[in-house]
Order: sequence, then C-alpha cells, then structure tokens
Amino acid sequence: MKHYSPFTVRHSLFVLVFVCLSASPAHAAKIGDLVHTNVLEQAIDFFTFREPAVRFALLGSMLLGICCGLLGSFIVVRKMALVGDALSHAVLPGVALGFLWNMSKDPIAIFVGATIAGLVGTSVVTLIKQTTRLKEDTALGLVLASFFAVGICLLTMIQRLPTGNKTGIDKFLFGQAAAMGADDVRLIAIVTVLSITIIALFYKEFLLTSFDAGFAKVAGFPAQAIHYGLMLLLAFSVVIALQAVGVVLVSAMLITPAAAAYLLTDRMSRMLWLAAFFGMAAGAVGAFFSYLGPNLPTGPFMVLGATAVFVLAFLFGPRHGVVMRWWRQRSRAQRIQRENTLKSMYHVLEAREFKGDGVSLRELSERRRETIEEAKQQVGDLRSHALVTLQEEGNVAFLTPEGWQLACAIVRNHRLWELYLTNAAHIAADHVHEDAEKIEHVLGEEVVRDLERRLEYATTDPHGRRIPSLADLRRGGAGRERTEELVGYGRRS
Amino acid sequence: MEHVEQTLPGGANVTHLKPSDAPLEVHDLTVAYHKKPVLWGIDLVVPPGRLVGIVGPNGAGKSTLIKAAMGLLPLSSGWVKIFGQPVEKNLVRVGYVPQRESVDWDFPVNVMDVVLMGRYGRLGLIRRPSKADREVARACLDKVKMLPYANRQISNLSGGQQQRVFLARALAQESDLYFMDEPFAGVDAATESAIVTLLQELKNKGKTLLVVHHDLTTARDYFDMLLLLNMRVVAFGPTNEVFTTDLLQKTYGGRLTILSEVAEAVSQKAT
Repeated sequence: MKHYSPFTVRHSLFVLVFVCLSASPAHAAKIGDLVHTNVLEQAIDFFTFREPAVRFALLGSMLLGICCGLLGSFIVVRKMALVGDALSHAVLPGVALGFLWNMSKDPIAIFVGATIAGLVGTSVVTLIKQTTRLKEDTALGLVLASFFAVGICLLTMIQRLPTGNKTGIDKFLFGQAAAMGADDVRLIAIVTVLSITIIALFYKEFLLTSFDAGFAKVAGFPAQAIHYGLMLLLAFSVVIALQAVGVVLVSAMLITPAAAAYLLTDRMSRMLWLAAFFGMAAGAVGAFFSYLGPNLPTGPFMVLGATAVFVLAFLFGPRHGVVMRWWRQRSRAQRIQRENTLKSMYHVLEAREFKGDGVSLRELSERRRETIEEAKQQVGDLRSHALVTLQEEGNVAFLTPEGWQLACAIVRNHRLWELYLTNAAHIAADHVHEDAEKIEHVLGEEVVRDLERRLEYATTDPHGRRIPSLADLRRGGAGRERTEELVGYGRRS
Repeated sequence: MEHVEQTLPGGANVTHLKPSDAPLEVHDLTVAYHKKPVLWGIDLVVPPGRLVGIVGPNGAGKSTLIKAAMGLLPLSSGWVKIFGQPVEKNLVRVGYVPQRESVDWDFPVNVMDVVLMGRYGRLGLIRRPSKADREVARACLDKVKMLPYANRQISNLSGGQQQRVFLARALAQESDLYFMDEPFAGVDAATESAIVTLLQELKNKGKTLLVVHHDLTTARDYFDMLLLLNMRVVAFGPTNEVFTTDLLQKTYGGRLTILSEVAEAVSQKAT
C-alpha cells in the first residue's frame, strides 16, 4: 500500500503533537501505578478480571478487537485498507468538537461527533473522486492529512483552555485503555454486538457484493446500500476503538488481524473467525502491556501484538507462508537432486550392460562431471533415504530395491517423454533432452500409463536406448534375473 | 456514413412477435461515459429462444449494451424491458456471466461458494442457501464438468476452469434470459467447445442468450442471430442474413465515422 505523501505529513504532525501534549501532564486513572512484585502475578490479576480497575480496560479492548477484526476482514477483501486509514484520521476533528460540546469527555457526544466527522471525510473523498480527475488514493491522502491537521489544531486549542475537564482527551492520539470507563465499555459492547448481528444476518450479502458487485446488482441486491452500511459500521468501529487504540493506529487494528487471517485461510467464514480471534488477542495483549507501567499507551502494544500474529502467519502459514514455501521448494530441489543421482547410477550400470551391481564414487563423479566429494555427498543423501547401501569404506554404492525402482522410473519417464515429443509433437530428437530433464521429475503414474498407451508400449527411446519396462521396475534389481546371492540389494551396510 | 440511417434488416423476422412478450426490448437507448455517448439510440427486440452474438470492434459498446440492459449503468435516455417488465422488476429472470477479469480470483472463496452465489438472487435478503440450493449448485457444476473441483480455492483454477465456474453460477440462477460478457475470452479449445454445446442446450430449452463475442471467425458458427454493433445497431438478424461483407464492413470499417466525431464534439463541449 503506497501512501507516501500522507505519511510524511503525518510524521511531522506527530512531532508537533508530542511537543504540545508533553507540556501538559495527563491525569488518567493510572492503574500502572498499582504496586506489584512480578509480571506473572500482574498477568494473573489482570486476565482473571480480579483487578477492578482494569476490568473495563480488558473487556473493552477485547470487544473492540473482535469488532475491528470482523469488519477489517471485509475491508481487506474489498481492497479498502486505505479507506479505513483515512476514516480513522478524519474522525479526529469530530472527537475535539464532541469534547467542546459540553467541555467534558462524554462518550456519546464524542461518538456522535467522531462518526459525523468520519462520514463527512468519506463523502469528501467521493466528491473529489467524482468531480475531479484525481484518483482515489490521492483523494484519501488529501482528506486524511487535512482532517487530521484540523483535529490536531482543535486538540491543541482544548489543551490551552483554562477551563474544562481535559482529562484524557490527548489519549485519543495513541490510546489508553486505562482511561476507559463503564460508559465507554457499554458503547463498545453495543457497537460490537451490532456489528456481529449485522454480519451474521447479512453475511451472504456482504460476501456477494465484496466478490462481484455487478453480479450482486443483477441478482437484485442493493450493492450500493450494502456498501454504505458497511462504511457506517466501519465508522462506528473506528470511533469505539479510538480511546483504546488512538487515532493514529486504529486502522492497523482493522487491517492487521484481517491480513494475518487472510494469509491463513482460503474461506471467508474462517477468515472472519480468525480475524476476530486475532483482534481479541491483540486487544488483550495491548491492554495488559499498557497496564504494566504508568502512563503507557495501549494502541502501540495492541498493534504490535497483532503485527506479531501477522509476522507468524507471513512466515509459517501452511500454504502461503514464506518459510513453508521455502521449505517446500528446498525439499523439491533435494528430491530432484536425488533422482538425478539415481539416474546417473542407472546410466553407469547401463553403460557396462548391467555387469556387476556396485557403482563406485569415481564412476559416478565422472558420469556427473563432478568431484568425488560432491558424489560422496549425493550418495550419502541417497543412503539416508535408504535408496543405496555403501560398501568398501563407502566408495561403492549399491542400489536398494527402492533405489532401483526409482532409478528405473526416472529413466523411464525421461525416455518416454523424449519419445513422445519426437513422435507426437514432431520435435527433432536432439531437441528433446532438456525438456525431458525437467518433465521426468513431475510425471505422475497416470500420465506415464497414458504415454505408454499412446506410444504403443515402445521399448526404445529416440536415441536408440532401451526404455526400462514395468517388469524391470518390479524386479527390484539390475536388468537381469536377480538371485539372493547377488551382493548389495536390500542390505544395509 | 449512410449506415446511420440503417435500421434493423432482421426486423421483418420478428414482426410476428408482440414486443411485450419479448425477453428483451430496448427502446431508444443512449448511454454515455463522462458525457461522451458510447451507445446511441439503440432499438432492439430480441425474440425468445435465440442464441444471439453481439459483435463489433473495440469500443463499440458491446459490454456497455448488456450492462445497460441489466440496469448496471445509468441510461442517458431510453428504456429497457425484460419480458415486458421494467428491468428492476424482473431481475430474477436474468442471468449474468461477467467478464472473467472483473473479479479478484484471490478472493477467499472456493468453487462451490461461487456457484452458490447463483442461488442468492432467488433467496433474497438474509435467507441462507438450503440443501436444495446446494444440490442445484452441484448439478450445475457437474454440467460444466467442474464437480471434482468443488472444494478448490478459486485462485488455483486455470482460465478455462474459472470461466466454467462462472457459467455454472449463471446456470444456478435458472434464468430465462442470459447476458454473457466474452465467455470465450482466454479459454482453452476444449472449454470453448464445451461452452458452445452448453449455450446450444440452453437455447433448445427455450432460454434466450445474448453473448458478447470478439472473434468474427467463429461468430458465424456459434450463433443463430447476430447483432452488429458500433455505437448503434448496424444490423440485427439471423446470422446468414446479417453476416455479409457489406454489413461487416460497415461495422468494422472506418474508425472515425461521423457518429464518433460528433460524440467527440459533445464531450468537448461538456467539459
């Protein structure tokens, strides 16, 4: 997501805000001041709701995590992540005006003011988009920065006012769950329950309009109205999250848990559950860390908690995770390496018409045009997979029955494919080797059977070499009748 | 330039039909993007049980026509009726296959989820798909030979398979009038012939199909009626009457007809 210009604007604003706010110490309820001896004891007190002062903070943070995770899922799949960011910044003037309404931190007044400001902000984005040639990202950047600036000016003004109870108004920037009261939590609970109910009722509609709005309209669904409904819920969730997370980071609570969930599943319903769970966990973690010390902000800890989940999903997600992908690629590369070594052993045996079963490292390294050390390493890898046994101080390798089967299968795949390319695709015989080198490792059993049928069970490849037959594969030994006296096969060294 | 005055050569063919019964009736339809007209004064009466190909050059307004007919775009003037009713009152009889690129194939749904969406219109608000709906969806998937893929995530499908999924979703709508936007775009030969067979089957069941098509070489074989479109209807009628060098030349030849010049002027004035 690129939004460089608003970013720089935002950063310079931060500095200003910090200077303004640090001048006036806040008087929030400092649960962090409670004296405890160790973190574990604090954690137990905290998460068992035993500490009355933190009940509201924990409950509120978890609820808003659920709400943000659910709505964030739809934001992510609708590619509206930046809209959430702009919306969260646009609410700040509304927060200040709500405070100015009766010079107190009345949750309802602030809720109404912030929601209105957020909706005005999104309307301005739409207006700019429709009446000028500016595109959505620019419009969002404009609104985000300008509304935020207005909000900062208003907040600074409030800070300077001699009168009025200014407790906690500055907390709206970075969030402090500790400052939450019963009224705040009630509001959070109402919005969360409302969101869950609406998503549960209209899941089908949200899913359809998010995936294919045109089709939804033809199916008779009011796609536009559903979109605005979602935007309204989004505005609500941003506003309730403000006090705990803060204006600056609230969009991260929408995006991060949902993005982590998106990496972990391919079904929307599961994504919703996961995102809600991640959001709730992040909320709890954030509230806890801010409780550990005096005056610690909640928002950054919540977002870091969610980010940690995201990083884990990014690295270790079973299907899309970077580490897992790397691991799969690595094991595939190793398998191909093993198969190539086996193939070379087969070639060595074939070159001396299958007289003697042992393949020395020197023969193998000459065949593969590699050093003895490399050959030794490869044979060692084969041995660890029980595909060969080693004798004569590890200098001679013997194929086990499994190794023999696999070697035959690879050579067979290679030669069948070469034959198919020359016969059916009419590619010259000297052009087919490179292709077969890759295809031999991916041909499945069914395709091989099909190839055999199409090639009418041919026995020699385009270069005149014999294609190992099914009988060879089953025999489990080199190309002649095998007796028990023969050395090597099946015996572990 | 005289083709501006040209009206429907196939008009005689449809006179026996009362317009009010027609699956699709379009009257004097004009659609504009940013005040520049893309479709101009379209009149059209499509008889039932026909497989109609919509052909024309790039920018002729083929997609715009079907989108406008389904009420997806605001009309500058004119009206559209589906089986004699205004569009929005008869949407349940309309099935739609959008262009494949119009959706995000990384969306977290599987093949079955997408086909079930075809049932949503009949369900209306709030109600969830029932077991019977799932059965219909499975049958439709089977019809396009995609049943083994029912639980696949949609991003793991080839272009042809994605198109089959969209067709299965449209089949699940069980509509009487289908609009399809380039269903043959970017699909393999096997899928293309499977789709053609399917469209013929639907037609034989009395459904009416309007298919945006960009390949003139196959248009003649696939469709029994053709709509030659270039900002307005150049010709509409049975394929063998309409698919003539003369009419095709009028549709495709001469990019800058007087119409597009005027359209250009209109948009200049408007901005």
